[in-house]
Amino acid sequence: MSDKMKKEAKVLSQKMISEGIYDLWLETAMAEKVKPGQFVGVYPANKSTLLPRPISICEVDKEKSAIRLVYRVVGSGTAEFALYQQGDYIMILGPLGNGFPLDKAIGKNVVLIGGGIGVPPLLETAKRLKENGKSAKVSAVMGYRNADTFLTEEFEKYAELYVATEDGSLGTKGNVIDAMKEQKVPCDVIFACGPMPMLKGIKEYASSINAKAYLSLEERMACGVGACLGCICKTKEIDEHSHVHNARICTDGPVFDADDLDL
Amino acid sequence: MTLSSDKVCLSIKKVSMKMNTEVEIAGVKFKNPVMTASGTFGSGMEYADFVDLNKLGAVVTKGVANVPWPGNPVPRVAEVYGGMLNAIGLQNPGIDVFIERDLAFLGKYDTKVIVNVCGKTVEDYLEVVERLADQPVDMLEINVSCPNVKEGAIAFGQNKDALFDITSRIKAKAKQPIIMKLSPNVTSISEMAKAAEAAGADAISLINTITGMKIDIHKRKFALANKTGGMSGPAIKPVAVRMVYEASHAVKIPVIGMGGIATGDDAIEFIMAGATAIAVGAMNFHDPYCTEKVVEGIEQYMEKYNVSDINELRGIVE
Repeated sequence: MSDKMKKEAKVLSQKMISEGIYDLWLETAMAEKVKPGQFVGVYPANKSTLLPRPISICEVDKEKSAIRLVYRVVGSGTAEFALYQQGDYIMILGPLGNGFPLDKAIGKNVVLIGGGIGVPPLLETAKRLKENGKSAKVSAVMGYRNADTFLTEEFEKYAELYVATEDGSLGTKGNVIDAMKEQKVPCDVIFACGPMPMLKGIKEYASSINAKAYLSLEERMACGVGACLGCICKTKEIDEHSHVHNARICTDGPVFDADDLDL
Repeated sequence: MTLSSDKVCLSIKKVSMKMNTEVEIAGVKFKNPVMTASGTFGSGMEYADFVDLNKLGAVVTKGVANVPWPGNPVPRVAEVYGGMLNAIGLQNPGIDVFIERDLAFLGKYDTKVIVNVCGKTVEDYLEVVERLADQPVDMLEINVSCPNVKEGAIAFGQNKDALFDITSRIKAKAKQPIIMKLSPNVTSISEMAKAAEAAGADAISLINTITGMKIDIHKRKFALANKTGGMSGPAIKPVAVRMVYEASHAVKIPVIGMGGIATGDDAIEFIMAGATAIAVGAMNFHDPYCTEKVVEGIEQYMEKYNVSDINELRGIVE
């Protein structure tokens, strides 16, 4: 048996922290087991919906048996989640996926790169890297549309933070790679999460500077546990499950070695 | 009465009432009528984390072909009101890996194994069927109804002559009893059921998914890369119940019913429509514990209405 479970979680708090971005703390026995970079499936209570919404775990508080989800409202499911208040219950499935390989950052200059709603799962990652103290240096490069950022103050506690904004209203004007270059961020290993164009750019950039990159991917999912084969990504080698070139993002990922992916 | 004595009474009642949930299809006995719908449960490995597979009547595996199939591009799934669309495209590892890994895994459990077989040509199907001849497999389910692949599958299931032809050719080679899995995307399900029966099918299962489409109006794109996909989930249940009713009245061979089953009550509805067994499909994605809950729900219904044998309920509405 794995650690996966589907269970009700109690809402401890929820607030909006940026336009359309919500910060939700849930009390759940899963907290004990969570690895940074894993995600949960969150079920809307609305009976017309069937599928859990995959949402990355932003932070864990083991003492309070709590996990934190920071998510963007993108449809009717997440719009429902935004209405939840302290004391409400919400059904979740997890913990799902593999998480970031923290051991790859031992003795290395590690850079956490997040874009938009890809920023949250890197917070717990930064926290654990800081706690274990095994990396040479932990930097974080976060990309946002504009100065309406979120979680930046928290990243500053665990990492050297650099910000990029599309409109240049804060930090480097441009994308996360522009910020990496402009700030000459020392980099041997990258842990990244964000939109596909950003991840493709990071894969190229990493290979140009001889760094390793581990990318967290996102795709439309149904089961979340590796059975339905809905959320596949293309891989260079044949995959273990179907012996084609399709890894399952929900179970083989969401974090992949960039060198193994055919993006 | 205290809660604990209430519990004692209930357990006494359970012991005193002998319930039979066993059903039989083509000589194969299933401990209960609950199966998994092909493609929604893998080969059970992923769901064994949640469900005791020993409690299920049968595990019906994801379709397997003679060679590995890569399936369709993503996005492959989309949610719709009361259900979902999928266009996985029958991604599977091929029969070699399937026998070595998936059948070896299922062999550890006390449940019946039904292997769903797919192919692009009749020869592909026959190759898989022959490879399975000496394997620990109880029945074969022949997929002639997947709407998401360009060759094979549904091409055999939408024309009664093609269905008769493939059914008789597979029946001639198969060592295990065969179930033909029918598509709802036909004019007359009764005609298709009769064609399968006339060609020698031991049973039929229905419904596969209903072809649908979803457009993302914000992105001005199809929600699925394949444009169309198969719809499943609770929203299709009334269509499935109607088709199970029609098919079971058209043929004498057993019918396995599926389409949006979420609870024991849903399962009973299909059985009353004429199904001998039922399968849980898309609802596995909603609730990984669903199959076991359906088994329990059936027992609760039988207890409540004092039904001693599940077979008494089959086709009870005329």
